[in-house]
Amino acid sequence: MSATDPAITVSGLKKAYGKIEAVKGIDFEVRPGEVFGFLGPNGAGKTTTISMLCTLANPTGGSATVAGHDVVRERDEVRRNIGLVFQDPTLDGYLSAEQNLRFHAELYGVPKHLVADRIRQVMEMVALWDRKDAKVMTFSGGMKRRLEIARGLLHSPRVLFLDEPTVGLDPQTRSAIWGYINQLRLTEDITIFMTTHYMDEAEYCDRIAIIDHGRIVVIDSPEELKASVGKDRVQIQTDDDTEAIKALQERFGLEAAVREGAVTFAVASGEEFVPRLFAGLGMPIKSVSVSRPSLDDVFISYTGSTIRDAEADDGNLAWMRAMARR
Amino acid sequence: MATEAISVRIPARGAGHDLRAIKIVLHREMLRFANDRTRMLSMLVQPVLWLFVMGAGLGSLVRGSIPGVDYRTFMYPGMISMTVIMTAMFSAGSIVWDREFGFLREMLVAPVSRWAIVVGKCLGGALVAVGQGIIILAMAGLVGVPYSPRLLLTLLAEMFLAAFTITAFGVTLAARMKNMQTFFGLMQMAIMPMMFLSGAMFPLAGLPSWLHLLTVVNPMTYAVDPMRQAVFSHLEVPAAAEAMLNPGVRWFDYQVPVGVELGIVAGLGVVLLGVAVAQFRKAE
Repeated sequence: MSATDPAITVSGLKKAYGKIEAVKGIDFEVRPGEVFGFLGPNGAGKTTTISMLCTLANPTGGSATVAGHDVVRERDEVRRNIGLVFQDPTLDGYLSAEQNLRFHAELYGVPKHLVADRIRQVMEMVALWDRKDAKVMTFSGGMKRRLEIARGLLHSPRVLFLDEPTVGLDPQTRSAIWGYINQLRLTEDITIFMTTHYMDEAEYCDRIAIIDHGRIVVIDSPEELKASVGKDRVQIQTDDDTEAIKALQERFGLEAAVREGAVTFAVASGEEFVPRLFAGLGMPIKSVSVSRPSLDDVFISYTGSTIRDAEADDGNLAWMRAMARR
Repeated sequence: MATEAISVRIPARGAGHDLRAIKIVLHREMLRFANDRTRMLSMLVQPVLWLFVMGAGLGSLVRGSIPGVDYRTFMYPGMISMTVIMTAMFSAGSIVWDREFGFLREMLVAPVSRWAIVVGKCLGGALVAVGQGIIILAMAGLVGVPYSPRLLLTLLAEMFLAAFTITAFGVTLAARMKNMQTFFGLMQMAIMPMMFLSGAMFPLAGLPSWLHLLTVVNPMTYAVDPMRQAVFSHLEVPAAAEAMLNPGVRWFDYQVPVGVELGIVAGLGVVLLGVAVAQFRKAE
């Protein structure tokens, strides 16, 4: 594999569980060295896609290569070249942090003379070297995730898969993990494929693919995606939201909707629009906020709902899955 | 971190790599066992209870019919097998545990053959079981079995073989199982009748023919009998009691030699190992 070959290629990839199609034929390429984000609500098909790319699930259609190897026919080759950090922990709590890494090194066949140094290096990177002898069951959720990231990197994979690497973590740990990811780009020759449903985290990616209901809606850099939306987002608080939506429609010809508890609409040059809004709406406005297009707006404009609203629909399902996981 | 990243290049898969994988899976099994004192203790209580409480109680009842032999001496090889079998099963059961806690995925996604993982697991289970069995071996003197090095070595080897096969059996069961309760339920269901029909608790001589048939098809019989033969060959037992307590295994008129019995256990172990590997391949 040369330095310019894509790290991941996916064409027409499908996965069905019985009659339910989790992934409905997706195509994309990930360039070497980039941080590629898979953005979508829970249940959109992100984890299913990652499982297929990691050789943990067989596609029911289409094909994919990772680091130049077919995920079905060259499973072992793919496995040697990838690192994995799953949503749920996969550590042995009864072993120490270092023992967990040693297990991984032996299982992956890391050359013996490198094992000790490399373990130390990855553990120092996630600031866990001083806890190397502690049993993993005494670790907090954030420490476990950091250890998993260290383990995923131990064998210098070409591609690191992170499935929701920051979900359920406190803000400090989340930013620490992003620190490691950014540092990785500098120190290691690695491509990162991650899934997330946090908009603010998707901003860190070089490119993102928005996935919804098993299909890729759009792929581009966060900047390009935001530029493609073009308009600013205006949110206002009023005493009567229905009346406000009607007034916006009648007087300004704007389509508004209640999102996240405020009347929300998109308009070019929002700041200049605000004075006109106050003068012309004909009803009191309690507060107003104008924001540049964010990935939230990108998501809305491509899928028709906010990621939180999309998840609220699946809320029961997510809760049931969380319970089943116990 | 200013230092240059150490870049690891994993060499292509080979026998050396599989060997390392076997070793580390086995090593983990040992670490886990050594860390779990409660488990070590609980695995010992049962056979000790059988041997010294049941054995003593039943022994006084049957003393008249087996002159010259302590009933506990008879039970001793049976209790060794029981300890070894229970320990081995528990080791195998940890696969279900690993699945529940995600660690199995770490193993299954590694670029290593399924054989290496299953063999490592079975060897680990077998060694742990032998370790547990050694404690029972140490009690030999208490039930009138001599501490002959030859006998002890024979028993050790036979224990290892039995434990390996049972772990392979357990892994086959555990390969698809999703939770611990189901596994332990199934384990009880499989182990209890196999124990009862193996000659571990009562001699297999003079049983009704239907029961005799069950004992002959029970694979565990072939693990228990060699141990009993080994123990009895180091004892001075009156012929009548020997015939009753240590009849060996007969297929119609054929007295099955110890070598064949051990061969059956080993063969079964290999077959079960293959089944377990196939289960894991399929589970992917």
